[in-house]
Amino acid sequence: MPQEHNPANLRTEVDRLLAEGAIEAASRRLAELWRREPGSATAAFVGSRADQLRDKLPLTKFKLAILRSFTVEPIVPPLRAEAFAYGIDLEVHIGDFNTYVQDFVDAKSSLYRFAPNAVVLAVRTEDVAPELTHQFADLAPEAARQAAHRVASGYEQWINSFRQHSQAALIIHSLERPARPSLGVVDGQSETGQSGLIRHINSELRRIAGSHRGVYVLDYEGLVARYGSEHWHDERKWLMARLPISAENLLPMAREWMRFLVPLSGRTAKALVVDLDNTLWGGIIGEDGMTGIKIGPEHPGAAFQALQRALLDLSRRGILLAICSKNNLDDAMEALDKHPGMLLRSTHFAAVRINWGDKSQNIREIAQELNIGTDSLAFLDDNPFEREQVRAALPEVTVIDVPQNPAEYAAIVRDCPVFERLTLSAEDQQRTAMYAEQRQRADAEHSFQSKEDFFRFLEQEAELSPVSDLTLARIAQLTQKTNQFNLTTRRYSEAQIAEMANQPGWNIFSIRVRDRFGDHGVVGVAIAHDQGGQCEVDTFLLSCRVIGRTVETALLAHIAKCAAERGCRRIVGWFLPTRKNAPARDFYPQHQFELVEQNANGSLWAFDLTRQEVAFPKWVKLITVN
Amino acid sequence: MNPAVFDQIRTMASDLFGVPADRITATSSPETLENWDSVQHLNLVLALEEKFGMQLSPEEIEQMKSIGDTAKLIESKLQATPR
Repeated sequence: MPQEHNPANLRTEVDRLLAEGAIEAASRRLAELWRREPGSATAAFVGSRADQLRDKLPLTKFKLAILRSFTVEPIVPPLRAEAFAYGIDLEVHIGDFNTYVQDFVDAKSSLYRFAPNAVVLAVRTEDVAPELTHQFADLAPEAARQAAHRVASGYEQWINSFRQHSQAALIIHSLERPARPSLGVVDGQSETGQSGLIRHINSELRRIAGSHRGVYVLDYEGLVARYGSEHWHDERKWLMARLPISAENLLPMAREWMRFLVPLSGRTAKALVVDLDNTLWGGIIGEDGMTGIKIGPEHPGAAFQALQRALLDLSRRGILLAICSKNNLDDAMEALDKHPGMLLRSTHFAAVRINWGDKSQNIREIAQELNIGTDSLAFLDDNPFEREQVRAALPEVTVIDVPQNPAEYAAIVRDCPVFERLTLSAEDQQRTAMYAEQRQRADAEHSFQSKEDFFRFLEQEAELSPVSDLTLARIAQLTQKTNQFNLTTRRYSEAQIAEMANQPGWNIFSIRVRDRFGDHGVVGVAIAHDQGGQCEVDTFLLSCRVIGRTVETALLAHIAKCAAERGCRRIVGWFLPTRKNAPARDFYPQHQFELVEQNANGSLWAFDLTRQEVAFPKWVKLITVN
Repeated sequence: MNPAVFDQIRTMASDLFGVPADRITATSSPETLENWDSVQHLNLVLALEEKFGMQLSPEEIEQMKSIGDTAKLIESKLQATPR
C-alpha cells in the first residue's frame, strides 16, 4: 500500500518534488493534499503550487467570469483548487459589485474582453429586487406583482444582451426568499406575498433560461436549504465584508459551481466502475452467502439500496455502470441476479470483471471493452487499499473516496461533479441498452469469416441530416465528449453550434446509425466551411462504438458529395493530433486525400472533387433527411 | 500555548501568506509579514473559522495582532466551548 502522508509532510513533499522537476508526482501529491485537507488555507497553498505546474500538465483551460452583488473573492481559491483536482486550469475574472447590468449590455465591458467560457451571475435577492425585500410592506399587491414582473423581465433582457455578445455558458443563481418575511405568517397565506412572488420570479427565470441555449439556473435556494439557511449565512460577515456566506460554506459554494464547470469543460466520467462486497451490498458474498449479505429495504441493507438507487439514476443519465470485484464469479452472479433485495441486476452493467486479478488491470480492460479512455472512468470501492492501488496505477481515473459509514455512500456519489450533465439526450437515457446490443454485435462479428460478410449481415443504415433543433444539443455534446475518432477535437457549446448554423458557408451534419441489432442514435458530426470554392472540414468525429464498420466513410462520402454539389472544387481537412485521437490519424490518407501541409499542430489533407469522388460504402444504406 | 493549535495556525499562515512555516513565529505580525494585508487578514479569519468550527466577532478579529495573539484567542475559545 502506498505510504500515507500527513498533510504537513505532503506540503514539504510537493515542494521537494517541484524542486526536482517531478511534475506528475508533484501534481498527484498536491491533489492528495487537497483531498485530505480541503479548506481556505490549503487552497492558497494548492493555488500557488498549481501555478508552477499548470503549463506542464495536460489540464483543460477554462475561463470563468463571476458577476456578483456580494464578496466572492474568498470562494475563488477553493474553487480553483477543486478545479485543479478535476484536471481543470481555471482562470477567474470577478466583476465589480453590482455592475452586472453594464457588464452584460456594454460590448466593450471587462466581461467580454475577458472572453469567458462561462459566466456565473451570483446576485442576492435584496440587490436585484430591493422593492420586494426592503420596501415590501409599503407595496400594494398589484405594485408588488409588477415589481416581480420587472425583475423577471430584467433577467430576460440581460440574457438577450449577453447572447448578442457572447456564446459562453451562463449560470444564474436563483433567488432566495427572505428567512423572515415582512408580513410574518400572513406571507405564507398567499402566492402574492414576498415568498410567493420570489418563487414566481424563480419559476420565470427557469422558463427564460430554458428558452435560451447554454443558460442554466443554479438552484441557490435548494443549496442553502441543503446546508440549512441559519447555518449557511453569516450576518456579521455580511455587515463587515459584504460576505453573506459563512466560512465553512465557502467550499460547498465552490463545489456547487463545479457541478456546472466540470460538465462544461468536458471533464466528465462516462462510466462508473463499482466494487461488490461492502459497496453494492453489506458483507462478503463468498463468506456470508446469499442469506448473510445485507441488502434490502431495512437497516443495515437500506444504505446499500440507497446507493443502488443513486447508481440507477446515473445510468438513466447515460453513465455506464461496470463491476470490478475480487470474488468467485458464480457467487457474485447469484447475488446479483437472484437476491430479492437487489435493485441492480447484471443487465444494468455494461462490463463485468469478477476475478481475483489486479483491479487496475481489470479497469484497463473495462475501458477497452467499453471503448472509452481510462480518464473517462470513475471508481467506487469501500476498500482504501484498492482505491490507492488504482490511483497509483491509473491517476487519470476519478477515484471516489468514501468514509466507513455506508449510509453516506449514496450522497457522495450523487454529489460527484463528474456525473453531472447539463442536458440529457435520448442517447444518454438509452445508453445501457445500447451497450447490451453492442455485446451482441461483437459476438456476431466473431462468427463471420470475413468483414464483408459481417458488414452485409449488419444491414447498417446511415441517416444523414443537416443540424436541426432536435439534434443541436447532441451535436454540441459529441464535440465536447468525443476524444478518439475526432480529427480536430474542436469543442463547441450548443450556443456556438447554433451561431455557426446561421452563418453562410457553414454546413453542419449529423449521422445516425441503425443496424439489425438496434439504433445507435446520433453518433457522428461533420462541420464543413466553404470558402473560395474550397470546402474545409472544420470538425469530423464519430463515436468509437461505430468505428471500423465503414460508416465513417459514409459520412465523409456524403460531405464530399454535398460539397461538390455546392460547386466546391476541393475538400480539405486538418488532422490535429492529441493524446487520444490516434484512431483517426490515417483517416484522410486511407481515403486518398493528399498531404498538402504539415506543421507543429498537425497535417492538412486535400481531395480534388473535380476529378474523383469518395465512394459510398456499398453495405451501408443511405437515408438523407432535409 | 497549546503547541498543536499553534502549529495548525502556523501552517495556515504559511499557506495564506506564502512564507515557509519555519519562518513564522509567535511574534510574526502584519508588520513583519509582507503579505499579511487586510485581504489576507479576512482570509485568515475565514480559514480559522472553517478549521476550528467557530465564528469570530469583530472585537476578536481586532485582537489578532500577531500569530501568538491569534493562537491564544483560538485556544481560549476552544476551551470556552468544549467540542
